[in-house]
Amino acid sequence: MKRKFIATILALMFLTGFVEVARTDEILVAAAGSLTDVLKELSAAYQSKSKNTVNFNFGPSSTLARQIEEGAPADMFFSADLAQMDDLDKNGRLEPGTRKNLLSNQLVIVVPSDSKLAIASPKDLLKSEVKKIALAGPPVPVGVYSSKYLEAEGLWDQIKPKVVPVQDVRATLASVESGNVEAGFVYKTDAAVSKKVKIVYEVPINKGPKIVYPVAIVKESKRKDPSRDFLNYVQIPASKELFKKYSFVVLD
Amino acid sequence: MILSFETWQITIFSLSVGLASTLLILPFGIATAWLFARKEWPLKSVLETIVLLPLVMPPVSTGLILLKIFGRRNPVGQWLYERGVEIVFNWKGVLIAMAVMSFPLLVRSVRTSFSEVNPRFEQIAATLGASSLRIFFVITIPLAYKGIIAGALLAFSRALGEFGATILLAGNIPGKTQTLSLAIYSFVQLGKDSDAYSLLGITVALAFLFVWCSEWLLRSAKKA
Repeated sequence: MKRKFIATILALMFLTGFVEVARTDEILVAAAGSLTDVLKELSAAYQSKSKNTVNFNFGPSSTLARQIEEGAPADMFFSADLAQMDDLDKNGRLEPGTRKNLLSNQLVIVVPSDSKLAIASPKDLLKSEVKKIALAGPPVPVGVYSSKYLEAEGLWDQIKPKVVPVQDVRATLASVESGNVEAGFVYKTDAAVSKKVKIVYEVPINKGPKIVYPVAIVKESKRKDPSRDFLNYVQIPASKELFKKYSFVVLD
Repeated sequence: MILSFETWQITIFSLSVGLASTLLILPFGIATAWLFARKEWPLKSVLETIVLLPLVMPPVSTGLILLKIFGRRNPVGQWLYERGVEIVFNWKGVLIAMAVMSFPLLVRSVRTSFSEVNPRFEQIAATLGASSLRIFFVITIPLAYKGIIAGALLAFSRALGEFGATILLAGNIPGKTQTLSLAIYSFVQLGKDSDAYSLLGITVALAFLFVWCSEWLLRSAKKA
């Protein structure tokens, strides 16, 4: 009976093609959700040239860091935030010498695409017709960066009462799209996703907070060589061009 | 609507792991439900509450507890890892998350159906010399089977809808651990609403079918 039961389950798994094939050249990359599209395209290009296979676990950086902390079998970590990477580094979870600050992003102010409000700079957010501003709540990096930026501009205290903290970037975009808020702060790469919002202001890179997407190999990885190979690949000129195509800023 | 290969794969994966999870918890669920319905012991209510907890706790916190238990850095996870069994970041993680999250629903439904079986039948069988095991399989189960199937269907639907515990324990790995719920989440995050809608359609249709069957069985069990 028990045998039959186990056999049935195994057969089911097999039929759906999810029996794990032991392959040493298959790596698992934990990556921030905002990198999904670009990394899928990048890995497809990589896999056409290499015998290695790259799988991804996409999620919020904080969740991914937590999983790696608990010993989840990820080989590489692409974070959307330095803080998560720093924590792992401090606890000795990263392979020394593999950490790299790869990408950056730009903060932008978005409004509904049919908005008639004249918002051309952060100062315009103080106007009385701007009643609500959507911002991803902490610990979502874009929310933290936005409030830091507004603080540095000396606008935070006046803008804060208007802020509606939402769950994440997607929720920020959704509330702007629906017109329930007059404006929102997102990354430039995220704004490109929605056709119902328009960018009215790009925070200049030198004036904005230092946004960094670091990458590193996990110390406990059993597949360091293929991981290094992929880490090198994401830094070749063609890969950099691809990141730029998706509106990321490539750091050198 | 023509479904892409990816959509099919996600749907079949979710259905098969959901089915495996339901089959896995069924014997334990029936045993637990029977104990709760027929036996009394000190502090029984405490155990009953613990079993029901995953039903009301935030799924993410259940997922965190599971990650703590099965992570390589912890005794249980370490023990399994040394024997070549990895739960985190693969389909076994999906299976466990689904099983834990749907278990209370199964126990609750099956328990109700056991309670509705008149204990007199069991007592009469006992006076005629039937063993308690025989009574259970010949009297109790046949009288409660509709409720058991209804409970299993409900547990199966819950398993299909699982999200919070799965994303923490098994990750969101396309082609490996990505279920219908995780795929919908990813598509929504990326602003690919039309892809999300086609998966949403499948989810609604499946959930409707299973919950409807479950309710129908419960109604017909009441009439009988």
